[in-house]
Amino acid sequence: MYKELTVIKATRGWRRFDFGELIHYKDLLWFLTVRGIKAKYAQSVLGVLWAFIQPLFSTLVFTLVFGRLAKIDSNGAPYFLFSFVALVPWTFFSNTLTESANSLVANANMISKVYFPRLVLPLSSIFSKGLDFLISFTVLIGFLITYQQVPTWQVIFIPWVILVLLMTSLGIGMILSAMAVQYRDIKHAMTFAVQLLMYAAPVVYPTTNVPESWRTVYAINPMVGVIESFRSVFLNTMPFPFEWMLWATLTSTTLFVFGLFYFRKMERVFADVA
Amino acid sequence: MASVIEVKELSKKYRISKPEKQADTFAGTILKGLKQPFDNLRQIHGLSQVGEDDESIFWALKDVSFNVNEGEVLGIIGHNGAGKSTLLKILSRITEPTAGEVRIYGRVAALLEVGTGFHPELTGRENVYMNGTILGMTKKEIDRKFDAIVDFSGVEKHLDTVVKFYSSGMKVRLGFAVAAHLEPEVLIIDEVLAVGDAEFQSKCLGKMESVAKNGRTIIFVSHDLGAIQSLCPKSILLHRGLLTHYDNSDVVVSAYLNKSLTSNDAQDFSNRFGNGNIKILAAEITDESGNKLSEVQTGQKFSIQISYASEKYNQLPPFTYFHVFCKSHSGVKLFVLSSKYSISDMISSLNSNGRIRCEVESLPLLPGNYHIDICCKLSEDTEDYVYDALKLNVISGRFPGYSRLPNNTAGSFLIKQSWSSS
Repeated sequence: MYKELTVIKATRGWRRFDFGELIHYKDLLWFLTVRGIKAKYAQSVLGVLWAFIQPLFSTLVFTLVFGRLAKIDSNGAPYFLFSFVALVPWTFFSNTLTESANSLVANANMISKVYFPRLVLPLSSIFSKGLDFLISFTVLIGFLITYQQVPTWQVIFIPWVILVLLMTSLGIGMILSAMAVQYRDIKHAMTFAVQLLMYAAPVVYPTTNVPESWRTVYAINPMVGVIESFRSVFLNTMPFPFEWMLWATLTSTTLFVFGLFYFRKMERVFADVA
Repeated sequence: MASVIEVKELSKKYRISKPEKQADTFAGTILKGLKQPFDNLRQIHGLSQVGEDDESIFWALKDVSFNVNEGEVLGIIGHNGAGKSTLLKILSRITEPTAGEVRIYGRVAALLEVGTGFHPELTGRENVYMNGTILGMTKKEIDRKFDAIVDFSGVEKHLDTVVKFYSSGMKVRLGFAVAAHLEPEVLIIDEVLAVGDAEFQSKCLGKMESVAKNGRTIIFVSHDLGAIQSLCPKSILLHRGLLTHYDNSDVVVSAYLNKSLTSNDAQDFSNRFGNGNIKILAAEITDESGNKLSEVQTGQKFSIQISYASEKYNQLPPFTYFHVFCKSHSGVKLFVLSSKYSISDMISSLNSNGRIRCEVESLPLLPGNYHIDICCKLSEDTEDYVYDALKLNVISGRFPGYSRLPNNTAGSFLIKQSWSSS
């Protein structure tokens, strides 16, 4: 009779990633994602409505402060839409960072009691934010209809842009979650780092405000390509930023691959340090 | 029979934190404060680095090797910190060993906890899927076994209630029901039976027995020596990370009992009264061959040895008796062992100092902590009475007529019994 063999021994250095195992645990990934969503909105009156209240109120404040008072250029689009379009991907990105950084620490009990591919924890925490993204994206479409904004033909690139966004979130999420198990400093840093990081991306201002000579360096931040593509497609603020998107694809792929290997490398000590 | 689990020279080391150095000057305190982040970094980084040996290295397991054959039920016993949990965590792939290798043939399920992943905000139904998939089942598999799981758990009425409103007993029952339907080829169980009420525990033990009968391999860790002896033909004993015994469970259990020589030590004998003509000097609990015991198992044969001395008498007068009172932890006298009532002529020829022993064939007490008073009387005069001369720690064992021990809410004593239908 054939029986699967499990060999348990010390491993060293970088390890191959076991996709087969992750596929075996796909149902766990699904249930953890659902659990993340249900648990988050349990016993709350507004429930999933919170998903767009967060970007909506930020947008209102930004419109008032940066649009009206500071009179920041919005590439010709209404400032309200200008910042809301940016906040839809940005809210997803910043929420996934805080959530995934916390995902392993919050489930330390599970890690020390059962074996399963640890990767499902940061993955599910990011996927459960996907619903929030979908909701606020739908609201965005509603606003576009109200403002009678017609997207450009480059709307076909939106899946590409969302993929880059997802890879960036996953990549950084894996790195942060693996580090946060051992160094709890990550948790403290994340709370304000995501707020500050927002100013490193063109959320409240357009990329065209960044000096020309610095724009390529600036575009290494994959969120530059993501946000400006959203604006270009939905608000027609500029031609589709292919160059920035190429940079974004490169950076996000690097982050994703590095994150995957880094997570795999650190995985073996999670139960010992969690 | 083929080996299902092969453990070869398994070792695991951990780094434990070193005591902090205290600064002794004001400047030193400030300097220490500034250096703190660097020290923290080194310390936290070191948690995952167990390269070189130094004083902060601790071997939780060292060169442990054993094989488990197909269909075997192996018990693991050892004191706290002996390495049992570390061994389980390695076998269940939660943590990696530092050295050595384990080969396991077949699907493994490890139960280190009941109901892992249960979320209080989800319903019982959702948590069954949650817990099941964490344990490695697929959704399809759970769908198929769902009714059986719910049946076994006995919480079908509350299946759509959020788990935070469950009693802890219900949560445990639901968790165990999921685990009981895993159908692995190798099952690793840690102290799961320590939770839940008596009825639930017997259900768990019954399930384990049926799993074992189906030819699955089980590794079972427990402090319940009675359960180990009745479920596991063979056991291993871990002591400070080393595998010291691997033998039939009865042999290993007695080795375990002999290893612990700390907790049953004689009390200080300070609380006493009497005229002091005869004094009780010391007392101890020993096994048949005279080895000191720290714990006695229910149903075990043991002796109490009493040393005494008298300055007044060259030979103890007739009608000198020794009494051993056994009290519950709340101080209620449960029974007396007494030379006065025993059929023995020992007392007629006692020297002025010496040792006497009282042998008990089979201890009829349920697990728990008991106290022993020892008293020496000459007719009606109390020569010496020592309160709490000994602590008697009773741990679970086997008792004739009992398939397993009742809960101690059912009384304190066991009496040999047999039931039949007429």
